[in-house]
Amino acid sequence: MSTPAKEKKHEAPASFPKPEFTGAEAGMQTFPSSTSRSYNYFKPRKMRATVYEDVTTDVQPDPERHLSQGWIYGFAASDGGYPLDWTALRSGNWHAFLDPNEEWEQTIYRNNANVVRQIELNLQNAKEAGAYAHWSPTWTRFVAENVGAWMHAEQGLGMHVFVTAQRSAPTNMINNAIAVNSVHRLRFAQDLALYNLDLSQSIEAFDGAAHRATWKDNPSWQGVRENVELLTAVDDWAEAVFATNVVFEPLVGVLFRSDFLMQIAARNGDYITPTLIGAGENDYARDLRYTRALFSLLTNDPEHGEHNKAVMQGWLDKWVPVSTHAAHELQPIWSQPADRAVTFADSCSAATADFRTLITELGLVMSKEQ
Amino acid sequence: MSRQSLSKAHEKITELSWEPTFATPAKKFGTDYKFDKSPKKDPLKQILRSYFPMEEEKDNRVFGAMDGAIRGNMFRQVQERWMEWQKLFLSIIPFPEISAARAMPLAIDAVPNPQIHNGLAVQMIDEVRHSTIQMNLKRLYMNHYIDPAGFDITEKAFANSYCGTIGRQFGEGFITGDAITAANVYLTLVAETAFTNTLFVAMPSEAAANGDYLLPTVFHSVQSDESRHISNGYSILLMALADEDNRQLLERDLRYAWWNNHCVVDAAIGTFIEYGTKDRRKERDSYAEMWRRWIYDDYYRSYLIPLEKYGLVIPHDLVEKAWDRIYNQHYVHRVAQFFATGWPVNYWRIDAMTDTDFEWFEHKYPGWYDQFGKWWEAYNRLAYPGKNKPIAFEDVGYEYPHRCWTCMVPALVREDMVVEKVDGQWRTYCSEPCHWTDAVAFRPEYEGRDTPNMGRLTGKREWETLYHGQDLADIISDLGYVRDDGKTLIPQPHLDLSDPKKLWTLDDVRGIPFGSPNVTLNEMTDAEREAWAASYRANPNRTPSGV
Ligand SMILES: [Fe+2]
Ligand SMILES: [Fe+2]
Repeated sequence: MSTPAKEKKHEAPASFPKPEFTGAEAGMQTFPSSTSRSYNYFKPRKMRATVYEDVTTDVQPDPERHLSQGWIYGFAASDGGYPLDWTALRSGNWHAFLDPNEEWEQTIYRNNANVVRQIELNLQNAKEAGAYAHWSPTWTRFVAENVGAWMHAEQGLGMHVFVTAQRSAPTNMINNAIAVNSVHRLRFAQDLALYNLDLSQSIEAFDGAAHRATWKDNPSWQGVRENVELLTAVDDWAEAVFATNVVFEPLVGVLFRSDFLMQIAARNGDYITPTLIGAGENDYARDLRYTRALFSLLTNDPEHGEHNKAVMQGWLDKWVPVSTHAAHELQPIWSQPADRAVTFADSCSAATADFRTLITELGLVMSKEQ
Repeated sequence: MSRQSLSKAHEKITELSWEPTFATPAKKFGTDYKFDKSPKKDPLKQILRSYFPMEEEKDNRVFGAMDGAIRGNMFRQVQERWMEWQKLFLSIIPFPEISAARAMPLAIDAVPNPQIHNGLAVQMIDEVRHSTIQMNLKRLYMNHYIDPAGFDITEKAFANSYCGTIGRQFGEGFITGDAITAANVYLTLVAETAFTNTLFVAMPSEAAANGDYLLPTVFHSVQSDESRHISNGYSILLMALADEDNRQLLERDLRYAWWNNHCVVDAAIGTFIEYGTKDRRKERDSYAEMWRRWIYDDYYRSYLIPLEKYGLVIPHDLVEKAWDRIYNQHYVHRVAQFFATGWPVNYWRIDAMTDTDFEWFEHKYPGWYDQFGKWWEAYNRLAYPGKNKPIAFEDVGYEYPHRCWTCMVPALVREDMVVEKVDGQWRTYCSEPCHWTDAVAFRPEYEGRDTPNMGRLTGKREWETLYHGQDLADIISDLGYVRDDGKTLIPQPHLDLSDPKKLWTLDDVRGIPFGSPNVTLNEMTDAEREAWAASYRANPNRTPSGV
């Protein structure tokens, strides 16, 4: 066995090739395809493909499109790649889904960086302004326990629903949208955890461990935890996304965050919690856009729409009771704050109304007992 | 954040996970590895609050460089020889990147350690970043480089070409089969820890030497995420090592992953660097020299060998064998020659080698000219249409090789070719380790132990089978590797765009029949096959003088 002649220490070459004029710039010659300057293997939605379409489409190949040799590695018991039977839903053309948020590298980092910068600024200002000083003991405890408990829901769903699901869908468009969804939730979970840490350091009476006990043992929260854990156990990727974003989020997440916390925090002298929760709500609104686009595409599928509606209807029947139960278990916390600006019934009817609208948009119906 | 508050923040984030009691996360992706006895190992930590702004900052630098390159007319100084190979490289690499994102849940499923889960989730979004930022770089090349043909069909070509399929292993291997084999050993312990050095460090410096400073900007930005990924993988490895029963699987998987990565990555990156460059300064490191530094010294000696203290058997023999193939058996040169032989079914143009190149090759790889010089002279002579067919169909003393059933790079080191009947079919392999990968490793039983989660080799693995007995012109039309005049080919065996008569069209390749070596092999009698194998191994495949 020989080695290269020089076993000397490797250093960067002392010289560097001189730049030379090559004329390899667009337009310097004319020949067949000299102006073929767009990706030509997919049909963009509009006249010109967006950057998002260009950087996302067909990066995950598909035997039904251009993949001529098929997937070359498989699982022990199933095909590799992205088997279509990983969900009960069907589509005449999975590739028709485009993320309305057009998420790619630049949007992902821009948006999330903006959110965390805003949050950090708010927390810093709050500390400097002594904004927590006039929190009542009751509210302090409420935030420690209940706002704290919510971080776990975000973490569990981010890690075990969305990170998992982004392995599974038939196109890169769908999987990337789900991947972005997962980091929203994981980031929001961390936002809440670090907020909790800030509060433990700023407020003497703040119990920084209460969120764990509340999440694990407080009877009011066991329905939510059960719902979250059940969602992580779902095998079908579309069911997991549907049962989380279409059912759990409106009936439990939005109920707790928007229709309760956002309504009462200010009245209890807390101007900071809503800025964090608002960021989470914004994420959800963004994620709901792709969710709505995805599932309405499937309910409107010319060939499989009816089948898909039936499947989703089954998912509603299965998951609405779970989330309704979780919401009702949570009811006692509505009476904890000193200023109870909203009743559970108020919050619930707001959340349910939004949920009904969403369901109707998807072409699904509520069963009577819901 | 101060160090103290940073460590408090990390500690706080560990409080996010909990032990579920109502239901546990679905186990979608199985593994034969066990982690019940594992101590919890912590990877490098990353808080999303600092992660997003940090990455955004890196992105801003990349986008700034892109603007600068366009304003500064970078493409007037870019070497076409180099850029043409980017049509292949950048068609492949976004898929492995996105596959790495998709691989993360496999590892999360398998490893019961929330600290590692967090690291893996951050890696997931890193990989979405890498994939889309590379697609965007390619889009810029398509818009500003003189010849966009081949960039314009990029993901389709990736999905239907023989080269794309070779590259696809470096991606499909991350997301299928045993979760730890795929997402930890193949992806992280070998692909990321060893081979990203050649991909993301050696490649960019060669790009810069060829007038392209955008590739380095993008790929260094990508590489800067790699240390976190390597740390994730190492933590999982340490956890796996806690259980004696995992050793045997780790040893199997290191052998497979090492050898497959070598076959695939060295074939591709080696060719890009050695045959894509115009930089023939003698002091410039050859791919072999870079490999010796990045892979042999930095990976094998500093990373793999120290694992022996945990009782792990390291594939020393395969590391030496890979080195031997690269340096003594001219692996990269044989691959480049094969790519150039197959030019009509490529989607980029391949420049001929000149005397300057010959001299450099001979200096770096003694004996190169004897083996390859005459062939490249013939390649040059047959570069234009009219008087001759493409070189693969002219007699220049080059016997078209059989493909390796496992790594799909042909059996180019001819004396090492293995032919065996596996799953009822006669298959050729480039080497014994590739035969072992198919016949022994990727099976539901390994050395007498059940491995029910191990993956399988699937698909139409020999590309030529798809086109057996067809006309070359029809094949190229079917692939779509035709320019916008409907007849000029995207691939050309030269770089001269100035004279339309020098550009090959469908008419120039019509009437040439194409065959599958594997189909032919399976039609042979035992005696024919044995005679064929002996002559295959004995053939030096050298172009004689005066051809
Ligand atoms: Fe990557
Ligand atoms: Fe091989």
